[in-house]
Amino acid sequence: MNGIGFALPEIFMLVAALVVLLVDLFLRQHSRILTYMLTQAALLAAALLVYGNFADGPARQVVGDMYMHDYLSSLLKVMALLLTCVIVVYGRKYWSDHQEAPGEFYVLVLFTVLGMMLMVSSTHLIVLYLGLELMSLSLYALVSLLRDDSRATEAAMKYFILGALASGMLLYGISILYGLTGSLELLAIAEILSHEGSAETVPLLLALVFLIAGLGFKLGVVPFHMWVPDVYQGAPTAVTALIASIPKLATLALLVRLLVSGLGNITSDWAQILMVLGMLSIMLGNLVAIAQMNLKRMLAYSAIAHMGFILLGISTQTMDGNSAALFYALVYVVMSVGGFGVLILLGQAGIDAETLYDLKGLNKRSPWFAFMMLLLLFSMAGIPPLAGFHAKLLVINAVLQAGHLVLAVGMVIMSVIGAFYYLRAIKMMYFDEPDDSTPLKWDLEFGLTLSLNGVWVLVIGLMPSFLMTVCVRALDAKHLL
Amino acid sequence: MISLTHYLTLAAILFAVSIAGIVLNRKNILLILMCIELMLLSVNLNFVAFSHYLNNLHGQIFVFFILTVAAAEAAIGLAILVVFFRNKRSIQVQDLDEMKG
Repeated sequence: MNGIGFALPEIFMLVAALVVLLVDLFLRQHSRILTYMLTQAALLAAALLVYGNFADGPARQVVGDMYMHDYLSSLLKVMALLLTCVIVVYGRKYWSDHQEAPGEFYVLVLFTVLGMMLMVSSTHLIVLYLGLELMSLSLYALVSLLRDDSRATEAAMKYFILGALASGMLLYGISILYGLTGSLELLAIAEILSHEGSAETVPLLLALVFLIAGLGFKLGVVPFHMWVPDVYQGAPTAVTALIASIPKLATLALLVRLLVSGLGNITSDWAQILMVLGMLSIMLGNLVAIAQMNLKRMLAYSAIAHMGFILLGISTQTMDGNSAALFYALVYVVMSVGGFGVLILLGQAGIDAETLYDLKGLNKRSPWFAFMMLLLLFSMAGIPPLAGFHAKLLVINAVLQAGHLVLAVGMVIMSVIGAFYYLRAIKMMYFDEPDDSTPLKWDLEFGLTLSLNGVWVLVIGLMPSFLMTVCVRALDAKHLL
Repeated sequence: MISLTHYLTLAAILFAVSIAGIVLNRKNILLILMCIELMLLSVNLNFVAFSHYLNNLHGQIFVFFILTVAAAEAAIGLAILVVFFRNKRSIQVQDLDEMKG
């Protein structure tokens, strides 16, 4: 086995997750804090391990050619691990409001991230599938953690059924791809497809459609979006934050690996499909979000719209488009995690905050966190000088460069329509009287993390060039293979 | 003589049946879980057939992994079904309707 050391962060995560699982068994309820601290330590240590071995040179295949050691995977892993630390901080507050802090939450979160890490660096379809399933299965269990809540279990059931359907579709696509090329390794597949001139045969297109359907389900784009609102609404808010971030990053990496690297020679076929799916998502997501008074549902529809932007970025088939999509994804996950963080802040013992009315008068209850939510919502709406603005600008610019004027105009119009529901939430925070003026409770760690989350959006918005350079570098042909 | 096409057709039919079962089924959630299993098995059939005719073992190795994952998936699915039943006292598909919009 050459270079098993490149998989060190993953091996470490696996061991850490098992240790946390075991330690938690021996802890009493009041000493659960130890599980929490171990989890944070594991996440930070794994992030350091990835950072310490950051793939800065040309991409290389390691661990028996099953694994890609490249800039994109290192970047996504560091980002996901740090973001998970944030989610775990929020999660601790969430579960302390629910009087039980199940140790499984922390263990399953660790396994979710492990699955994600495997996915982003896999170049072998078996590894890819196993990573995907590890992530998905952990997420199904996480959604149903609130066992006595009928909405949570219903959401878990829906998520499970549609997630399994998506995996099945993806697998069927993979099996056809295997039959066509006789290989399960993405780079070998790409090479065989380019040599034989076998592009655009009917079986290959069939495989492509199944692959895109499977990935579309996982990403939650129209017409595969029906699970998104229900799962976002029903899942415990801390888990919703996880679902809104980690799988999106992982699926983005899969899109790049499967379509851009693996099926690069039938680009025009998948680019058209992605374009249609992306535009439909932006339209449906923004229009339906207006009708939602449940904030979690609203964020779900807004997620569908944001995923549309990412797909359109990739559909341009250019370096600029791909890196814009990556920039968008990195900015989006931070914004949405922050949004759910504010919801968790508003929750009280045993009661989840989830409607727009819960935001009423937030400015009177806590001006600072109202300001943080303002930053996050403005950023999602794409208002300068926040990070979301640059993300939208980059994607729209890439689409324009690729010569799709109508699409770009549509995206701008839909963004304007979408601004309405974000502004409505901001109006409620600043100009309405609070229905409930119970003082908010948070500890120093939670407050600091949430502030950092909000300020990050502003900082990236003011100085986007650093993140842009990183994204361009990650999708550079030199670094990607 | 049974050719590759026969296997692929059978797998495609099974796959279509399972998708139809998931999408059209309006009665029992257990049936959906069975359809999910059927779907994974039809993919397995595809892999084994290709593996045999391509004379390449990777496909059969993949099948082992799919079978293992399918077992884990069934366990989690049934566990979720049990909690669902405890909350709703029913496993009818029509009771998956609390959240709408």
